[in-house]
Amino acid sequence: MAVDTHARQIAGLDALELAGDQRAGIASRVWARVWPMLTAIALVLVAWQLVVLSGRWPEYVFAGPITTFQDLGHRLGDPEFYQAVATTMRRAVTGFALAVLVGLVVGAAVSRVKVLRAAFGALITGLQTMPSIAWFPFAILLFGLTESAITFVVILGAAPSIANGLITGVDYTPPLLLRAGHVLGFRRLQLYRHVILPASLPSFLAGLKQGWAFAWRSLMAGELLVIIAYQSSLGEQLAISRELSDSPGLIGTMIVILVIGIVIDMLFEAADSALRRRWGLNPV
Amino acid sequence: MTTQLVDRTTAVRLEAVSKVYGHGGNGLLALDKVSLSVRPGEFVCLLGASGCGKSTLLSLVAGLDKPTQGEISTVGRQVAMMFQEPALFPWLTVSANVEMAFRAEGLSKQDRRTRAAEFLDLVHLGGFGKKRPHELSGGMRQRVALARALAQSSSSSASSAEEGAVLLMDEPFGALDAMTRDLLHDELERIWRERGLSVLFVTHNVREAVRLGDKVVLLSSRPGSVVEEFPIELARPRRTDSAEVAELAAKITDRLKEEVMRHGH
Ligand SMILES: Nc1ncnc2c1ncn2[C@@H]1O[C@H](COP(=O)(O)OP(=O)(O)O)[C@@H](O)[C@H]1O
Ligand SMILES: [Mg+2]
Repeated sequence: MAVDTHARQIAGLDALELAGDQRAGIASRVWARVWPMLTAIALVLVAWQLVVLSGRWPEYVFAGPITTFQDLGHRLGDPEFYQAVATTMRRAVTGFALAVLVGLVVGAAVSRVKVLRAAFGALITGLQTMPSIAWFPFAILLFGLTESAITFVVILGAAPSIANGLITGVDYTPPLLLRAGHVLGFRRLQLYRHVILPASLPSFLAGLKQGWAFAWRSLMAGELLVIIAYQSSLGEQLAISRELSDSPGLIGTMIVILVIGIVIDMLFEAADSALRRRWGLNPV
Repeated sequence: MTTQLVDRTTAVRLEAVSKVYGHGGNGLLALDKVSLSVRPGEFVCLLGASGCGKSTLLSLVAGLDKPTQGEISTVGRQVAMMFQEPALFPWLTVSANVEMAFRAEGLSKQDRRTRAAEFLDLVHLGGFGKKRPHELSGGMRQRVALARALAQSSSSSASSAEEGAVLLMDEPFGALDAMTRDLLHDELERIWRERGLSVLFVTHNVREAVRLGDKVVLLSSRPGSVVEEFPIELARPRRTDSAEVAELAAKITDRLKEEVMRHGH
């Protein structure tokens, strides 16, 4: 009987302490995020139109939003446009995937081995600050005007951030969790697998996100510089629009590049906030 | 060195253990020739002011750090430990946190889950296995940590059941409110008796020490060394607010004050 009262007292306290989880409905959450964005877009469009109206540049040099979106609308019906997007995305995904691989291997090695850390730690951070476009002449020298040259630079642009994200995560594993893992009997690789790697996930994700941004920038620079015959890509379309003085086409392509960048960034953002919610890192 | 005990009359033994942090002239002597022992099935409370080296001592027993001098021996290869904070892994569910106790010995997933559920039931958290640690209250998290420590002390890599596993606890209920703490004292006492655990329980709360311990070991500060051992012969179950506990606690508090006053000059 005593045990039973006891259990009920405990259950009572537990119920009192667990506050109900109140989250607003999905519609109002989406709307709360969307309306500031819509407002910002509207403001940008107005500013753009005002600059065009000011007459500083003639309309065939700096097209207004209406002409641009009409032109973009036409291109959305053209299969070549999708081929260009597909080529660019294929390069982005391949390059980024390889960068993740390289970043993981390098990050894991450097965070584990003291000598490697001393040797390469500063170099990796240094590489992160190096503008990736500076690699292109060298890449073209090595690989010629080929896709390999582009991929090479995309990897060099993204991998250091990814490796650094992992290294930072490993470094900042909470000591208490390390001690807990140690007491549970984990040593070396097991400690790494069950405690250190999972603990570094948020930082690794931040590294991935930054790595993606660098990969996307490197890729655009690459597609402008390394134009491969008979292969349409977003960067190549930019270059062609400039040569043909096709202002609406040029601005339209830029908008497409921007939107792709934003959408992918939002995916990373969603992954990050899902992780934070699962771990309870969000100050509610 | 931490070694494994072969004789069956002690669960934990420290012999003239000293610990110095840092090196040379500015090294800090945290523990000075501490000797104490825990018999199998005994509940020993280690009492001392903040900063006297209680956590240091437990880390040494747990093998998280090495003593500068002296010998530490324990039964079983691995002792279980509970920290002042729950130290749960935020990426795992409550159940998976407890399952971590069986990872090192390579049980199958199904077995791990069943055993973890047993231990969650033991701390009255049977229905909470699928929750995440952050969804629970502080007291509940600390109970999950208790379940994990108990799970570990029952696992085969610790020691066999008849040896009675060793459980180290570093101010585990320090951050909880008095009511929750009282309930957890009762729980811990019940589980300790059922499982024949040998417990080394650290606290700076004199009443808590008297409430729980078979023996209270009083540590002095800077450097930490054993001042006196008080056997507690009050009948169980005890209440923290009972007159007997208060009386003994007052006696020990007086001794602790004397000890603290020596640092006044
Ligand atoms: N890793 C460490 N390095 C240096 N000094 C430490 C370290 N850990 C603890 N100390 C010092 O040793 C003394 C005892 O600390 P601790 O064992 O944490 O005391 P308690 O748990 O009794 O409060 C304190 O003076 C503390 O500052
Ligand atoms: Mg402490």
